[in-house]
Amino acid sequence: MIQRPFFNFSKPRFDYELFTKALPQLVPVPQPKFVTLLIDSPLGNRDPKFIKVGDSVKTGQRLLLAENDTAAAVSTVTGKIDAFSEFAGNYGKMFTAITIAVSGSEETDDQFAQLGGDLSMADLSAFLSTAPGRPPFELLMDPEKTIETIVIYGGDTDVLIGTNQYALKTRTGELQKGISALKKASGIENVILAVPGESFQSYDAHFNADVRNVPAEYPYAGSQMILHHLLQKPAADGKAPEDHGVCFMRAEAVISIGRAVADKRIPLEKLVTIVAKNGEQKIVSAKIGTLMGDVLNAVNITVDDGDRIILGGPMTGFAIYTETHPIEPDTDAIMIQDASDISFSSDYPCINCGDCIRICPANISVNMLVRFLEAGQYDDAVNLYDLYSCVDCGLCSYVCVSRIPILQYIKLAKHELSRISEAEETNV
Amino acid sequence: MFKQKKFIVSHAPFWHIGSGIPERNYNMIIAALPAVLMGFTVFGIPAVGVIALSVAFAVLWELAVNYVSKRPYTVADGHAIYIGLIFGMVMPATVPWWLILVGTFLAIVIGKEIFGGIGSNPFNAVALAYAILLVSWGIHLDFNAKLANYTFDFPAAYPIAALQAFGPSATEPFSLLGMFMGQQVGGIGSVCGIAIVLGGVYLILRGFIRWEISVSFVVGVFVTAFLFNVYNPAVYGAPLFHLVTGYTLIGAFFLATDDGSSPVNFIPMLIYGALGGVLTVLIRNIGSYVDGVFFAILLINVVNPVLDKIRPKALGKVA
Ligand code: SF4
Ligand code: SF4
Repeated sequence: MIQRPFFNFSKPRFDYELFTKALPQLVPVPQPKFVTLLIDSPLGNRDPKFIKVGDSVKTGQRLLLAENDTAAAVSTVTGKIDAFSEFAGNYGKMFTAITIAVSGSEETDDQFAQLGGDLSMADLSAFLSTAPGRPPFELLMDPEKTIETIVIYGGDTDVLIGTNQYALKTRTGELQKGISALKKASGIENVILAVPGESFQSYDAHFNADVRNVPAEYPYAGSQMILHHLLQKPAADGKAPEDHGVCFMRAEAVISIGRAVADKRIPLEKLVTIVAKNGEQKIVSAKIGTLMGDVLNAVNITVDDGDRIILGGPMTGFAIYTETHPIEPDTDAIMIQDASDISFSSDYPCINCGDCIRICPANISVNMLVRFLEAGQYDDAVNLYDLYSCVDCGLCSYVCVSRIPILQYIKLAKHELSRISEAEETNV
Repeated sequence: MFKQKKFIVSHAPFWHIGSGIPERNYNMIIAALPAVLMGFTVFGIPAVGVIALSVAFAVLWELAVNYVSKRPYTVADGHAIYIGLIFGMVMPATVPWWLILVGTFLAIVIGKEIFGGIGSNPFNAVALAYAILLVSWGIHLDFNAKLANYTFDFPAAYPIAALQAFGPSATEPFSLLGMFMGQQVGGIGSVCGIAIVLGGVYLILRGFIRWEISVSFVVGVFVTAFLFNVYNPAVYGAPLFHLVTGYTLIGAFFLATDDGSSPVNFIPMLIYGALGGVLTVLIRNIGSYVDGVFFAILLINVVNPVLDKIRPKALGKVA
C-alpha cells in the first residue's frame, strides 16, 4: 500500500502488475474434497425430479437446475451432488450453489468432445460460458446488441493482480487459437488485443488481431478508458460497452476457448493471483469451484479473525465473509489483508480539500458529486456532476481525507439508477 | 469444512493513503505556531493570554454546539483549536476577554457550525468573525488606539493606517525587512511575515493547503499595489509594503486557503486567489477600511461556488 509521503506535492501513482522482471512459479492447487459451483439461477428454479442430492456427475458435465433453465455450470470434478443452497451475490442477486463431493476416480463427460467440426456460438456458449475467464458469449449472442468490436484485454483490472498478464505471457499459442475460433464462430473480424505497457508491441504478426498498447498506469487500461481513448467512443452515458458495440473479454477467456478447441476438452482450471498479507504475489491454478480455504492452504496462508479476504484487487475487489466461498470463473485474485492494515471509513463530511479532484482520472468534481450522492440526488449527480463519467477506479476513496466511502456511494447510485431505468423499460 | 472465523467485510477500495482530518488540522496548527511565538516575543504576556483564551473559548463553543445538537464531539479533530488559534492571531494583544468570547462564538457557531460544520462553511470562519467585530466594536481592533501603552523598539504605529492617513512618505520610518521579521504593530500572529511564510511553505509542501491560492493571492496584491504605485507614488504605497504589512500574508496562507470556502479546481483557484489580492489592495487604497484582507476574503468566498464551476470536461463529455 502506498502511504502518504511526508512531502505530498505530487499525487500518488499506481501501475498495473506487468511481471517485467520474472514470471512467478505456477502453484497447482491439489484436487479438493468438495467443490461448489454457482449457477446464475435462483434455487427456486430447481426441478427436484431433474437434479437432486446424490446424483452422480462427471467432469465436464453440464449441470442445469431444470430441463429448460437457461443458466448452466460445468462440473469441474467427478463425484456426487452433496447439497444445493442459496448463494447471495452482490446487490442481493441470488445464485444457486451446488456442492459436489469429489470421488476418487475421474470420469469425463464426452458431450463436448463429440461436437464435430468448427464450433458454433451456441456450442461455445453451452459449454464454455463458465470456463476460466468467463467468456461473455451472452453479449455476443444477444439479438438486441450488435457487437462490432471485440476487445481482448491482456492485462488485469486492478493493481497487484497478474492473472491475465501471466496467461498472456505463458499461453500465447492457445490465445492465437482462441482468437481464430472466436472470429469464426462470431463472425466478428474486428478483434483488438489491448496490452498494458510496452512489452507486446512486436507480437502483432503472430496474432490474428490488432495488438494495441494501453497505458500501464492504473486505471488507464480499464474498459471505459479503452472505450474512450482507444476506440474514441463517447463513453459517459451510463451505458455498458456492449451498447456501444464493443465486447470486452479477458485474455484468459479467449485462452480457454483456444484450449477447448485444441484439446477437445473443457478447461477446468482457473488462474488466480494470491496476494499475501505482505503484498507478495503467487499465481495458482485451481479448479473452478475450489473453496478459498483450500486454495489458501495450498499456498500456506492462514487467515485469522479480523483479517480481510478480498476477491479481486485492493481498489475494486469485494470482501467476502467465509473461506467456503468458491473460486468462480472470473475470480482473478484473492487478496488477504491483515487486521492491522485495515483502514475504516468515517462519517465525516467532505471538507473540500480537493485531493480527489487532483487524482480522478475522469476529471470529475468528486467533492461536489459526493454531496449529491450523500443526499440521494442521483439525477443531479448524473446531469450536473458527471456520475456516468466515473470509471469506478476507487482512487478518490483512496485519497479522501475525510475517508468517505465515495466509491461505495457511486456504485450504489449507479445501481439504483439502472434499477430505475430497467423498471421504466419494462413498464412501457 | 472450515472453522468459521470472523472476517472484516467492507467495500472497495481496501487501501487508504493514510491521511486524515486530525492530522491535517494539527499540521496547520504546527505551521501557525512560529508566527504565534514571534507574536509573543513582540507583545509579551498579554498576547499569550489572548491566544490561550481564543483557543479555549473556540473549543468550548464547539463542545457546546456538539452538546446542544446531540452530535458526536468533534473537538479532538483539532479544527476548533485551529480556528481559535487563527482568531487569536489576528487580534491585537490588548483585546478584552469578552470580545474574544463573542468573536470565537461568531467564528465557531456562526462561521462554521450552523452551516453544517467542517467543510460546509461558505465563508472563512475567522474572516467572518473579524468582519462582524470590526463593524460592531471596531475601536477594540484599532491598533493605534489600543497599543498606546506599549513601548516598542520600532515605530509604534500601525503601518497601513499610517500609509492611509499620511501617504507613503509617512511609511519611511518603517523598515521593510524589519516588518517582515516581525518588527511592526499588528495582530499577534500577523506581524512576523517570515514566520507566516515558513508555515505556509511547510503546508504547501506537505499538501495541506493549495499553493495556487496562496501564490496567486500574493501576486494579486503585488501587481495591483504596483500599478497603483506607478500611477501615483505620492499617494499609494509600494507593493512590498503592502505585502509585509497588515494581514496580507496570514490572509494568503491561512485564511484564503481555508478548505471549505475556497475552490478546488486549478483555474478557479488562480482566479480566486488573484481576485482576493486585487480586492485587498483596492479596499486599502480606495476604500474606507484600514485593511481590506478580511473583506476581500469574504468577497471571494461569495464568488467561490461560481468560480468552481470552471472545470475540465469529464471523461466522455463532449459538450
Ligand atoms: S472512482 Fe472516483 S477517482 Fe475513479 S473515476 Fe470515479 S470519481 Fe474519479
Ligand atoms: S478527498 Fe474527500 S474530503 Fe477531500 S474534497 Fe474529495 S471528497 Fe471531499
